[in-house]
Amino acid sequence: MAIEVKIPTILRSYTDGAKSVAGKGDTLAELFDNLDASHPGLKGRLITDDGGLHRFVNVYVNDEDVRFTGSLDTGLKDGDSVTILPAVAGG
Amino acid sequence: MRYDSLTEALGETPLVGLPRLSPRWAGDPPVRLWAKLEDHNPTGSIKDRAALSMVRAAEADGRLTPGCTILEPTSGNTGISLAMVAKVRGYGLVCVMPENTSVERRQLLEMFGARIIFSPAAGGSNQAVVVAKQLAAENPDWVMLYQYGNPANAQAHYEGTGPEILRDLPTITHFVAGLGTTGTLMGAGRYLREKAADVQVVAAEPRYGELVYGLRNIDEGFVPELYDDDILTSRFSVTSYDALRRTRDLIEHEGIFAGISSGAILHAALSIADRVAAAGERADIAFIVADGGWKYLSTGAYDGSLQHAAEKLEGQLWA
Repeated sequence: MAIEVKIPTILRSYTDGAKSVAGKGDTLAELFDNLDASHPGLKGRLITDDGGLHRFVNVYVNDEDVRFTGSLDTGLKDGDSVTILPAVAGG
Repeated sequence: MRYDSLTEALGETPLVGLPRLSPRWAGDPPVRLWAKLEDHNPTGSIKDRAALSMVRAAEADGRLTPGCTILEPTSGNTGISLAMVAKVRGYGLVCVMPENTSVERRQLLEMFGARIIFSPAAGGSNQAVVVAKQLAAENPDWVMLYQYGNPANAQAHYEGTGPEILRDLPTITHFVAGLGTTGTLMGAGRYLREKAADVQVVAAEPRYGELVYGLRNIDEGFVPELYDDDILTSRFSVTSYDALRRTRDLIEHEGIFAGISSGAILHAALSIADRVAAAGERADIAFIVADGGWKYLSTGAYDGSLQHAAEKLEGQLWA
């Protein structure tokens, strides 16, 4: 099961500069574990010590913010697209 | 309608049905979209509400006195609204604006007599906030209203936008707006949740080109102080391409000439509408048209292929 994960510029040091990488997992938590195996250290930048998403990291599955779809328990299926972005100001 | 001054003519904007873009306008059950046309405000954007509210609050608490200079980080619309309010009420205005904003915004601010200090394109509005905070520290006599953390911003929508929508659409099921300072969603969203228990509050945030996310590290990220995610039920990230596509749909199918962020908001509204329609349920979805398209003509948003227009927007702040 392949899921495309888009990586923001500031985290590409963990992916040898790749803008997107492929991962797998039935949930976002499983996907992050899977990604960390091939890109060590990446998960630690996304998740805090208490196990939640970093305050300044936003993760979207097919353009929808996972904080409103179950957070790390958000289900994934083949062909989903996951986008990771730092939180920035609008307005 | 007659008003004593321009600032009195703010709000009470029309709520307009979209019979052609709605999945089931006259069907049973109906799934209908309604656009709140905030371009009908005095300077042509929803930000007039927040600007006047923040100035009034600062006057009431004595921070803003005649002849004062207002300072504000803004990607454009808040600056233009503040410039109008400052002109009407006799204040100076200094705006800190990212350099990657449309030329019309700069021209309008200058026309209103505002002084613009540009912040670097990389980092987008984050950098405008950083620069404005430095300037505030260096110029203690300037009054920074700070739209990202000023409760009067959200209050304008709690007292204005939200009640207007519920009055005009008592059957509302969903409210969709753009997420920038978060003022519209927090204020109108909180009001609607209090008064219409089952209403869903949906955020659409712009997804920009990489330049805008060019922080040096994650800890430079920014979440507005006003933001409370308990108010929202879902949040969508909308690409420039999808925003442009929906902006053009608004003109083509409904005759509404809107700015690009309104296309992003419509995109999120349609995502919800399609889900509800597929589930066979009813919905009355109110969404915000934050401004008209006039300020974005120079970006090429309305010319040529969508792909080409989206490429030209890469690196620009369009919301």
